[in-house]
Amino acid sequence: MSTRLAVDIGGTFTDVVLDVGGVLHTTKVLTTYDDPARGVMQGVAQVMDAAGVQPLEVRLMLHGTTLATNALIERRGAHTAFLTTSGHRDVLEMALENRFEQYDVNVRRPEPLVPRHLRIPIRERLAANGDVLVPLDESDVLEAARQLEAAQVESVAVGFLHAYADPVHEDRVAELLTARLPGVAVTTSSAVCPEVREYERFSTAVANAYVKPLMSRYLDSLQAQLTSIGMCAPILLMSSGGGLTTLEAAKAFPIRLVESGPAGGAQLAAAHARREAWDHVLSFDMGGTTAKICLIDHGMPQLSRSFEIDRVYRFKKGSGLPVRIPVVEMVEIGAGGGSLAQVDRLDRIAVGPESAGSEPGPACYGLGGERPAVTDADLLLGKLRAEVFAGGTMTLDAERAESAVRRAVAQPLGLSTDDAAWGVSETVDENMALAARAHASEWGRSLDNRTMIAFGGAAPLHAANLAGKLRMSRVVVPPHAGVGSAVGFLLAPISFEVVRSEHVDLRSLHDNDVAVLLEHMRREARAVVADAAGDAALVECVRAYMRYVGQGFEVAVDVPASGEGLAGALRDAFEAVYRKLYGQVIPGQPVEVLSWTLSLATAASTPAEAMSTPTGGGGEPGRTRIYDGRQRREAPVYQRALLVPGIRYSGPALVEEVQTTTVVPVGWEFHADLRGQLILEVHS
Amino acid sequence: MGEIDRRISYPLLWNRLLAIVEEQAQVLMRTAFSTVVREAGDLSAGVFDTRGRMLAQAVTGTPGHVNSMAEAVVHFLDAYPLRTLVPGDVLVTNDPWLATGHLNDFTVVTPVFREGVCVAVFASTSHIADVGGRGFGADAREVYEEGLRLPIMHLFRAGEVDQTLMQIVRANVRDPVTAEGDLYSLAACNYAGAQALLALYDDFPGLDLDDVGGYIIDTSKDAMLAEIDSLPRGSWRYAMTIDGYDAPLALCCRLSVTEAGIVLDFDGSAAASAYGINVPMAYTTAYASFAVRCIVGSDVPNNAGSLSVIEVRAPQGSVLNALPPCAVSARHSVGQMLPDVVLGCLDQVLPDRVPAEGASCIWNPVFLGDGFVINPIYNGGTGARADSDGLNTTAFPSGVRTTSTEVNELTSPLVIWRRELREGSGGEGRYRGGLGQVVEVGHRHGGVFEVSKMFDRVHHPARGRQGGGDGAAGSVHLKSGQPLLGKGRETVPAGDVLVLHTPGGGGLGDPEQRPAEAQASDRLGGYTPG
Repeated sequence: MSTRLAVDIGGTFTDVVLDVGGVLHTTKVLTTYDDPARGVMQGVAQVMDAAGVQPLEVRLMLHGTTLATNALIERRGAHTAFLTTSGHRDVLEMALENRFEQYDVNVRRPEPLVPRHLRIPIRERLAANGDVLVPLDESDVLEAARQLEAAQVESVAVGFLHAYADPVHEDRVAELLTARLPGVAVTTSSAVCPEVREYERFSTAVANAYVKPLMSRYLDSLQAQLTSIGMCAPILLMSSGGGLTTLEAAKAFPIRLVESGPAGGAQLAAAHARREAWDHVLSFDMGGTTAKICLIDHGMPQLSRSFEIDRVYRFKKGSGLPVRIPVVEMVEIGAGGGSLAQVDRLDRIAVGPESAGSEPGPACYGLGGERPAVTDADLLLGKLRAEVFAGGTMTLDAERAESAVRRAVAQPLGLSTDDAAWGVSETVDENMALAARAHASEWGRSLDNRTMIAFGGAAPLHAANLAGKLRMSRVVVPPHAGVGSAVGFLLAPISFEVVRSEHVDLRSLHDNDVAVLLEHMRREARAVVADAAGDAALVECVRAYMRYVGQGFEVAVDVPASGEGLAGALRDAFEAVYRKLYGQVIPGQPVEVLSWTLSLATAASTPAEAMSTPTGGGGEPGRTRIYDGRQRREAPVYQRALLVPGIRYSGPALVEEVQTTTVVPVGWEFHADLRGQLILEVHS
Repeated sequence: MGEIDRRISYPLLWNRLLAIVEEQAQVLMRTAFSTVVREAGDLSAGVFDTRGRMLAQAVTGTPGHVNSMAEAVVHFLDAYPLRTLVPGDVLVTNDPWLATGHLNDFTVVTPVFREGVCVAVFASTSHIADVGGRGFGADAREVYEEGLRLPIMHLFRAGEVDQTLMQIVRANVRDPVTAEGDLYSLAACNYAGAQALLALYDDFPGLDLDDVGGYIIDTSKDAMLAEIDSLPRGSWRYAMTIDGYDAPLALCCRLSVTEAGIVLDFDGSAAASAYGINVPMAYTTAYASFAVRCIVGSDVPNNAGSLSVIEVRAPQGSVLNALPPCAVSARHSVGQMLPDVVLGCLDQVLPDRVPAEGASCIWNPVFLGDGFVINPIYNGGTGARADSDGLNTTAFPSGVRTTSTEVNELTSPLVIWRRELREGSGGEGRYRGGLGQVVEVGHRHGGVFEVSKMFDRVHHPARGRQGGGDGAAGSVHLKSGQPLLGKGRETVPAGDVLVLHTPGGGGLGDPEQRPAEAQASDRLGGYTPG
């Protein structure tokens, strides 16, 4: 059996999982910001020691990291310049010219990644159809190269108007710059994101340029350090789209690596969904600061092509820098165990997005936090036991939790401390339910009767209550939930997605033109995945982004298998999707395609049976008393590792494990299955 | 609601209603045909109780519809009392004096029935690109020239679209596909809201929406009154002169803080114009109260309660309370200037919290030519804020976004040769005013095209505050040199290029006190000359 290594570098922890023929060895080490590879090597050494495995035995390394995201948020990326069409120097700064917070006259907008003096105009101009209106002035480019050299720029993005229609000018500039400035990274907008709408395309190109040198350096250093201990296995990188990509592709398009951790979590949930043949799943990942919710239908996470980084107003749509890349579509909410609670001016309990983080942490950590967090409320409600938190490595202080909740919530509202704590917990669950509903509605999906797959430290505490609000009757907590993202890397497919803006009115669509376009895209995708995929069969997925002529937003439509009469088949497919989203179609209105995507992927894996933790042994349960908004009830506390598979128990109950606790409310029952999953179901 | 405490459950229900109207607005944006709705967000959406009181309104959208749509629903229920409606009925109007102030805005109202009883009403408004007449612009002398005007009537009867109405609409507008598609889109978003509301009853058995509504309205009103109570009592005045169409217009406001709330009285403002820039009262109320809400109670959601404490008055027959048959198509070019006037009063009530004057009215030229019409939006700079520079090229008070240059060039034969920050256009000050932009537009094949302009601040720039300088005035001219007017329709001759300079925002505070670091950064980036 093959030995594989998965490493997820997160904001606080680096998770390492070693898969030895299906048996998982896991560890968590602190992320080492100054040299992230050091933390990785430390964790790798730990799991290899524990498993008694030699570096040479590792056949493949899978890796995801938040380094690119953090560099963008903390503005620690490269000294970057932007060469753009003369007359349009300020596209990045003018952005959409709007305020995303209507009533805030002091609203701030995110700073562009490239300051104005490094945004250099170049004389050239294409028309919308790609015709050259003004030829490229190469002397402008050479002069710009001198400026960049003098300014000691490390990375350059090139973004010209309508370059999605023809990259000729951008490509020539890249050629000139590469010759003049060896060692300076060059990114063209037409390579990163060949799509119409200049602000979003330029923003993506600049973000890519901004993280490119840093990511290259890091990946080279990691590879060298692994080689130095004798590990020569190929490295594949987890992308935001949920697929694995090669080291070379990752260095060329590092922007595609943002949000790789959450994408891994979605793959974990998707893999469980496929194995159990659950057609409709909602994955729920809740940690210390945020919760992420993703819809997974027929074993595939929901995908999209837009994402925002560095939101100035946390979680507020439109307040960040847009990037157009393939992403696992998920909604992120400022709701975690550390989210702080208060009473607002309208006497309403408000929770998050402000978080106590890990320092000072919730009041009950006793590390100086004075304001109540969700974890404090959970403790007071009896959902956590003070003495056994984090496997007993840490004791929670219930008195501090109580005084924080009393001061900040109970007293201002005239509620009992129990009711106040319940209100905090209920409010955070409602916030997540609201976000989940809005997300499902945005994508025309129903939430009813989905299976929820919950992972991350805080998710199992809130999963069943959230599921009840969303009318879901089954919750599954997979094994190794605490390192779910890294486990997800082991299950992800190798894939690459190519996009093209190619505007076609269905009335004038020629089957052959589309076939030629798709063949070009197919070759480009195959070039990226071929090496890593080896002999594995590749699954192709082609989507058209379509709308009625005259509309401004496209919907993604799976392109039917080729054949005669593509136009008619596309219209039928479009109208089916449109009806599902908006209730009715518009008779007689012409339909157009704005862009096409093609992805090639190996089949994704399902978790092997043996990836599960062995269970059994029974044992005498402990006791707790859980408050449910009406009364406090006596409830047993079970140890997950000791549950006998197949034996069903009833809520209320707690199920404890080292990294989390699962709450089973009244009206639910639960059991461990033979694959180590903990399954909660509404009592029928 | 069982034994769960209302102090916990009612706020949760309130949040659900706010989420439902946001969803309604999102559906409207995603299905709309008119560019200004789908790209720029010129729309609104809200839910009302059976008495017509607004319970929640989407924040997505534009302030011009704040409470003008709320008043419209009252007119709808007067014309068609709920007992006369059946499930599947949908009503519509675009009457400027019954809804949101010009014929382009269509308001659609949908009653929601549960077990045969009407439990709530959803309303939405969006800007339909063309309604016939002279086209979107400031040149008409009477509303009759401005296009099709529909009284309050059925769009759907018991689920069936009124084909007679649709035929009339199609026959009267230049772009029937867009108009029809947008009417469907308005109905669809109300439907989405209704479905989400009905699901709420399943989650909260025994839900009494009127009772929850009472709580929302009372809580919001109390919160507003508490904040108003902390303001000094008295009256303050501020006046501002704007370009108008053919002659400057004075806008005068007296803001009074009383026990019952805030009164804004525009007595003394100019008489109605002979051209299409007049403002019906509901739109005046919308922008005037928006300005108050930016400074006082900005965290209280919009509803019948929070809006009830602000009263707006303007003399009948003035440009701010224009009566039929005044022309009103470009009412935004005056209405969007009102927040600067109200903020000028508020600055005296609450010093150090209010921005300087800004470009304010959006610059949204309509370009027309052989077989094309596009209506891009180009903004000027906002006024410097109490603790920061004004925003460059940003819509305020309007909530719209701009549209992409590439998309505009894909949908027309025009080439936007230049669109970038207008250096040096922000008013100087301790905090600098936001910069406007320079836009140069030509015809790709050297053809003739026309431009309909509804611009202001060409003759009356945004004024600075507390020693800050004025923002640069706007300018409209041909590249060959000839100046054009700020308002009305004119021709760009073959081969020439239209040049727009949008206005800069006013500065705030003594320019001498601007930190050296900020000055250096202004010079390095070329935001200021030298």
